[in-house]
Amino acid sequence: MTAPRHVEVGDDLPPLRLPPISRTTLALFAGGSGDHNPIHIDLDVARSAGMDDVFAQGMLSMAYLGRLLTGWVPQERIRSVQVRFRAITPVHGQPTCTGRVTAIEHTDLPGGRVERRARLDLAVTLADGTTTLQGDAVVALP
Amino acid sequence: MAIDTAAIGRRLPEVTVDIERGRLRLFAKAIGETDPVYVDLDAARAAGHPDLPVPPTFFCALGHEQPDPFGWLDELGVDLRQVLHGEQSFTYHLVAYAGDRLTARPRITDIYARKGGALEFVVRETAVTRAGGEPVAELTDVVVVRNREVTA
Repeated sequence: MTAPRHVEVGDDLPPLRLPPISRTTLALFAGGSGDHNPIHIDLDVARSAGMDDVFAQGMLSMAYLGRLLTGWVPQERIRSVQVRFRAITPVHGQPTCTGRVTAIEHTDLPGGRVERRARLDLAVTLADGTTTLQGDAVVALP
Repeated sequence: MAIDTAAIGRRLPEVTVDIERGRLRLFAKAIGETDPVYVDLDAARAAGHPDLPVPPTFFCALGHEQPDPFGWLDELGVDLRQVLHGEQSFTYHLVAYAGDRLTARPRITDIYARKGGALEFVVRETAVTRAGGEPVAELTDVVVVRNREVTA
Protein backbone atom coordinates (compact mmCIF):
# COMPACT_ATOMS: atom_id res chain seq x y z
CA MET A 1 0.00 0.00 0.00
CA THR A 2 1.26 3.43 -0.87
CA ALA A 3 -0.77 5.48 1.64
CA PRO A 4 1.54 7.83 3.48
CA ARG A 5 1.50 7.49 7.26
CA HIS A 6 0.72 11.18 7.49
CA VAL A 7 -2.41 12.16 5.58
CA GLU A 8 -3.38 15.81 5.33
CA VAL A 9 -6.15 17.84 3.72
CA GLY A 10 -5.11 18.69 0.18
CA ASP A 11 -3.07 15.52 -0.35
CA ASP A 12 -3.52 13.95 -3.78
CA LEU A 13 -3.72 10.19 -4.23
CA PRO A 14 -1.34 8.82 -6.85
CA PRO A 15 -3.48 9.01 -10.03
CA LEU A 16 -4.48 5.79 -11.78
CA ARG A 17 -4.03 6.15 -15.54
CA LEU A 18 -5.79 3.52 -17.62
CA PRO A 19 -5.15 2.46 -21.20
CA PRO A 20 -7.84 3.29 -23.80
CA ILE A 21 -10.96 1.17 -23.28
CA SER A 22 -11.28 -1.50 -25.96
CA ARG A 23 -14.32 -3.47 -27.06
CA THR A 24 -12.64 -6.52 -25.55
CA THR A 25 -12.62 -4.78 -22.18
CA LEU A 26 -16.35 -4.09 -22.48
CA ALA A 27 -17.01 -7.77 -23.26
CA LEU A 28 -14.85 -8.98 -20.38
CA PHE A 29 -16.48 -6.52 -17.99
CA ALA A 30 -19.95 -7.66 -19.08
CA GLY A 31 -18.95 -11.19 -18.08
CA GLY A 32 -17.09 -10.23 -14.92
CA SER A 33 -19.70 -7.81 -13.61
CA GLY A 34 -22.69 -9.91 -14.68
CA ASP A 35 -24.16 -6.83 -16.40
CA HIS A 36 -25.10 -8.29 -19.77
CA ASN A 37 -26.96 -5.19 -20.93
CA PRO A 38 -26.36 -5.43 -24.71
CA ILE A 39 -26.15 -1.64 -25.12
CA HIS A 40 -22.49 -1.98 -24.05
CA ILE A 41 -21.49 -4.95 -26.20
CA ASP A 42 -23.80 -5.23 -29.19
CA LEU A 43 -23.53 -2.52 -31.84
CA ASP A 44 -26.91 -3.47 -33.34
CA VAL A 45 -28.67 -2.83 -30.04
CA ALA A 46 -26.79 0.44 -29.49
CA ARG A 47 -27.84 1.68 -32.93
CA SER A 48 -31.45 0.62 -32.37
CA ALA A 49 -31.42 2.93 -29.33
CA GLY A 50 -30.19 5.84 -31.44
CA MET A 51 -26.54 5.63 -30.38
CA ASP A 52 -23.67 5.73 -32.86
CA ASP A 53 -21.73 3.07 -31.01
CA VAL A 54 -21.61 1.00 -27.85
CA PHE A 55 -20.21 2.76 -24.78
CA ALA A 56 -18.50 1.65 -21.60
CA GLN A 57 -20.37 0.43 -18.54
CA GLY A 58 -20.42 3.14 -15.87
CA MET A 59 -19.48 0.53 -13.31
CA LEU A 60 -16.24 -0.18 -15.21
CA SER A 61 -15.09 3.34 -14.41
CA MET A 62 -16.30 3.01 -10.84
CA ALA A 63 -14.30 -0.22 -10.57
CA TYR A 64 -11.24 1.78 -11.67
CA LEU A 65 -11.98 4.18 -8.79
CA GLY A 66 -12.08 1.11 -6.56
CA ARG A 67 -8.57 0.28 -7.77
CA LEU A 68 -7.46 3.84 -7.04
CA LEU A 69 -8.66 3.40 -3.44
CA THR A 70 -7.38 -0.13 -2.81
CA GLY A 71 -4.05 0.95 -4.27
CA TRP A 72 -3.88 3.62 -1.57
CA VAL A 73 -5.30 1.90 1.53
CA PRO A 74 -6.09 -1.73 2.39
CA GLN A 75 -9.65 -2.44 1.31
CA GLU A 76 -10.88 -3.07 4.86
CA ARG A 77 -10.36 0.63 5.57
CA ILE A 78 -12.82 1.82 2.91
CA ARG A 79 -16.01 2.92 4.69
CA SER A 80 -18.02 4.26 1.74
CA VAL A 81 -17.79 5.29 -1.91
CA GLN A 82 -20.35 7.15 -3.97
CA VAL A 83 -20.38 8.58 -7.48
CA ARG A 84 -22.50 10.40 -9.99
CA PHE A 85 -22.09 9.31 -13.61
CA ARG A 86 -21.76 12.60 -15.48
CA ALA A 87 -20.92 11.57 -19.05
CA ILE A 88 -20.76 8.46 -21.18
CA THR A 89 -17.33 6.87 -21.69
CA PRO A 90 -16.92 6.08 -25.40
CA VAL A 91 -14.98 3.15 -26.82
CA HIS A 92 -11.27 4.13 -26.90
CA GLY A 93 -11.85 6.65 -24.10
CA GLN A 94 -8.81 6.85 -21.85
CA PRO A 95 -9.78 7.35 -18.19
CA THR A 96 -7.62 8.71 -15.40
CA CYS A 97 -8.76 8.35 -11.80
CA THR A 98 -7.86 11.03 -9.28
CA GLY A 99 -8.53 11.58 -5.60
CA ARG A 100 -7.83 14.33 -3.10
CA VAL A 101 -8.19 14.48 0.67
CA THR A 102 -10.81 17.11 1.53
CA ALA A 103 -11.28 16.55 5.26
CA ILE A 104 -9.96 14.64 8.24
CA GLU A 105 -12.76 13.62 10.56
CA HIS A 106 -13.12 11.86 13.89
CA THR A 107 -16.11 9.55 14.02
CA ASP A 108 -17.54 8.05 17.20
CA LEU A 109 -17.91 4.28 17.04
CA PRO A 110 -19.96 2.02 19.31
CA GLY A 111 -18.09 1.25 22.54
CA GLY A 112 -16.70 4.75 22.91
CA ARG A 113 -13.96 4.31 20.31
CA VAL A 114 -13.11 7.10 17.91
CA GLU A 115 -12.01 6.40 14.32
CA ARG A 116 -9.95 8.90 12.39
CA ARG A 117 -11.17 9.09 8.80
CA ALA A 118 -10.23 10.88 5.60
CA ARG A 119 -12.87 12.19 3.23
CA LEU A 120 -11.78 12.13 -0.41
CA ASP A 121 -13.06 13.79 -3.57
CA LEU A 122 -12.89 11.38 -6.51
CA ALA A 123 -13.08 11.92 -10.26
CA VAL A 124 -12.61 10.05 -13.50
CA THR A 125 -11.53 12.20 -16.43
CA LEU A 126 -10.93 11.30 -20.07
CA ALA A 127 -7.94 12.45 -22.11
CA ASP A 128 -10.10 15.13 -23.81
CA GLY A 129 -10.91 16.64 -20.41
CA THR A 130 -14.44 15.22 -20.02
CA THR A 131 -15.28 14.34 -16.43
CA THR A 132 -17.21 11.07 -16.57
CA LEU A 133 -17.56 10.29 -12.86
CA GLN A 134 -17.48 12.51 -9.80
CA GLY A 135 -17.84 11.36 -6.24
CA ASP A 136 -16.37 10.93 -2.83
CA ALA A 137 -15.19 8.27 -0.43
CA VAL A 138 -14.47 7.88 3.25
CA VAL A 139 -11.53 5.78 4.43
CA ALA A 140 -10.33 4.99 7.94
CA LEU A 141 -6.84 6.14 8.85
CA PRO A 142 -4.47 4.27 11.16
CA MET B 1 -44.46 7.65 -20.23
CA ALA B 2 -44.61 8.21 -16.51
CA ILE B 3 -43.43 5.42 -14.25
CA ASP B 4 -46.07 4.52 -11.68
CA THR B 5 -44.87 5.80 -8.30
CA ALA B 6 -46.94 3.07 -6.66
CA ALA B 7 -43.81 0.97 -7.12
CA ILE B 8 -42.04 2.98 -4.41
CA GLY B 9 -41.41 0.60 -1.55
CA ARG B 10 -41.61 -2.49 -3.79
CA ARG B 11 -39.30 -5.31 -2.72
CA LEU B 12 -37.53 -6.89 -5.68
CA PRO B 13 -36.52 -10.56 -5.76
CA GLU B 14 -33.69 -11.32 -3.37
CA VAL B 15 -30.66 -13.08 -4.79
CA THR B 16 -28.22 -15.42 -3.04
CA VAL B 17 -24.84 -16.03 -4.66
CA ASP B 18 -21.88 -18.23 -3.77
CA ILE B 19 -18.83 -16.07 -4.47
CA GLU B 20 -16.35 -17.98 -6.65
CA ARG B 21 -12.62 -17.31 -7.07
CA GLY B 22 -12.82 -17.75 -10.84
CA ARG B 23 -15.48 -15.09 -11.15
CA LEU B 24 -13.46 -12.67 -9.03
CA ARG B 25 -10.43 -13.33 -11.25
CA LEU B 26 -12.48 -12.56 -14.37
CA PHE B 27 -13.65 -9.31 -12.77
CA ALA B 28 -10.04 -8.46 -11.87
CA LYS B 29 -8.92 -9.18 -15.44
CA ALA B 30 -11.69 -7.01 -16.88
CA ILE B 31 -10.70 -4.00 -14.76
CA GLY B 32 -6.96 -4.49 -15.34
CA GLU B 33 -6.31 -5.18 -11.67
CA THR B 34 -2.56 -5.44 -11.01
CA ASP B 35 -2.67 -6.12 -7.23
CA PRO B 36 -2.03 -9.86 -6.81
CA VAL B 37 -4.16 -9.91 -3.64
CA TYR B 38 -7.24 -9.98 -5.91
CA VAL B 39 -6.17 -12.91 -8.09
CA ASP B 40 -3.51 -14.97 -6.28
CA LEU B 41 -4.60 -16.96 -3.24
CA ASP B 42 -1.09 -17.06 -1.77
CA ALA B 43 -0.75 -13.28 -2.10
CA ALA B 44 -4.18 -12.78 -0.51
CA ARG B 45 -3.29 -15.04 2.43
CA ALA B 46 0.13 -13.41 2.82
CA ALA B 47 -1.74 -10.08 3.16
CA GLY B 48 -3.87 -11.54 5.95
CA HIS B 49 -7.00 -12.41 3.96
CA PRO B 50 -8.67 -15.83 4.34
CA ASP B 51 -9.34 -15.97 0.56
CA LEU B 52 -9.58 -13.64 -2.45
CA PRO B 53 -11.35 -10.44 -1.33
CA VAL B 54 -14.51 -9.29 -3.09
CA PRO B 55 -13.45 -5.92 -4.54
CA PRO B 56 -15.35 -2.79 -3.46
CA THR B 57 -17.64 -2.37 -6.46
CA PHE B 58 -18.24 -6.06 -7.28
CA PHE B 59 -21.45 -6.18 -5.21
CA CYS B 60 -23.50 -4.84 -8.13
CA ALA B 61 -22.90 -8.24 -9.74
CA LEU B 62 -25.13 -9.93 -7.17
CA GLY B 63 -28.30 -8.38 -8.55
CA HIS B 64 -27.48 -9.64 -12.02
CA GLU B 65 -27.32 -13.30 -10.92
CA GLN B 66 -30.90 -14.18 -11.80
CA PRO B 67 -32.63 -15.40 -14.96
CA ASP B 68 -34.07 -11.98 -15.84
CA PRO B 69 -31.93 -9.33 -14.13
CA PHE B 70 -33.67 -6.41 -15.85
CA GLY B 71 -37.18 -7.80 -15.33
CA TRP B 72 -37.84 -5.21 -12.63
CA LEU B 73 -37.39 -2.46 -15.25
CA ASP B 74 -39.73 -4.31 -17.64
CA GLU B 75 -42.33 -4.37 -14.88
CA LEU B 76 -42.04 -0.59 -14.60
CA GLY B 77 -42.58 -0.30 -18.37
CA VAL B 78 -39.02 0.94 -18.93
CA ASP B 79 -37.14 0.24 -22.17
CA LEU B 80 -33.70 -1.01 -21.10
CA ARG B 81 -32.12 0.74 -24.10
CA GLN B 82 -33.16 4.13 -22.73
CA VAL B 83 -31.61 3.57 -19.33
CA LEU B 84 -28.42 5.12 -17.95
CA HIS B 85 -26.75 4.57 -14.61
CA GLY B 86 -27.04 7.90 -12.80
CA GLU B 87 -25.55 7.35 -9.37
CA GLN B 88 -24.09 4.54 -7.30
CA SER B 89 -23.03 4.35 -3.69
CA PHE B 90 -21.63 1.71 -1.37
CA THR B 91 -21.37 1.68 2.41
CA TYR B 92 -19.19 -1.11 3.79
CA HIS B 93 -19.36 -3.09 7.02
CA LEU B 94 -16.89 -5.88 6.32
CA VAL B 95 -14.84 -7.34 3.49
CA ALA B 96 -16.40 -10.41 1.85
CA TYR B 97 -14.35 -13.24 0.35
CA ALA B 98 -14.49 -15.99 -2.21
CA GLY B 99 -16.38 -18.83 -0.58
CA ASP B 100 -18.88 -16.52 1.11
CA ARG B 101 -22.57 -16.95 0.38
CA LEU B 102 -23.99 -13.43 -0.06
CA THR B 103 -27.62 -12.37 -0.24
CA ALA B 104 -28.77 -9.11 -1.85
CA ARG B 105 -32.19 -7.69 -0.94
CA PRO B 106 -33.13 -4.80 -3.23
CA ARG B 107 -36.14 -2.53 -2.98
CA ILE B 108 -37.33 0.52 -4.89
CA THR B 109 -37.14 3.54 -2.59
CA ASP B 110 -37.97 6.47 -4.86
CA ILE B 111 -39.25 7.39 -8.33
CA TYR B 112 -39.28 10.97 -9.61
CA ALA B 113 -39.22 12.97 -12.86
CA ARG B 114 -37.21 15.99 -14.00
CA LYS B 115 -37.27 18.22 -17.08
CA GLY B 116 -41.00 17.88 -17.56
CA GLY B 117 -40.80 14.09 -17.62
CA ALA B 118 -38.00 13.91 -20.19
CA LEU B 119 -35.91 12.24 -17.49
CA GLU B 120 -37.21 9.86 -14.86
CA PHE B 121 -35.23 8.49 -11.94
CA VAL B 122 -35.65 5.21 -10.11
CA VAL B 123 -33.77 4.72 -6.84
CA ARG B 124 -33.01 1.27 -5.44
CA GLU B 125 -31.45 0.38 -2.13
CA THR B 126 -29.90 -3.05 -1.66
CA ALA B 127 -28.75 -4.61 1.59
CA VAL B 128 -26.04 -7.29 1.20
CA THR B 129 -25.56 -9.81 4.01
CA ARG B 130 -23.35 -12.82 4.55
CA ALA B 131 -24.81 -16.23 5.45
CA GLY B 132 -25.79 -15.84 9.09
CA GLY B 133 -27.14 -12.37 8.46
CA GLU B 134 -24.05 -10.23 9.09
CA PRO B 135 -24.32 -6.94 7.17
CA VAL B 136 -21.64 -6.69 4.47
CA ALA B 137 -22.63 -3.60 2.49
CA GLU B 138 -25.47 -1.33 1.50
CA LEU B 139 -25.85 -0.19 -2.10
CA THR B 140 -27.90 2.64 -3.54
CA ASP B 141 -28.26 3.03 -7.27
CA VAL B 142 -30.13 5.59 -9.34
CA VAL B 143 -31.32 4.58 -12.80
CA VAL B 144 -32.03 7.39 -15.27
CA VAL B 145 -34.68 6.77 -17.93
CA ARG B 146 -34.53 8.99 -21.02
CA ASN B 147 -37.94 9.62 -22.53
CA ARG B 148 -37.17 10.89 -26.01
CA GLU B 149 -40.76 11.59 -26.96
CA VAL B 150 -41.05 14.13 -24.14
CA THR B 151 -39.54 17.52 -24.82
CA ALA B 152 -39.02 19.72 -21.82
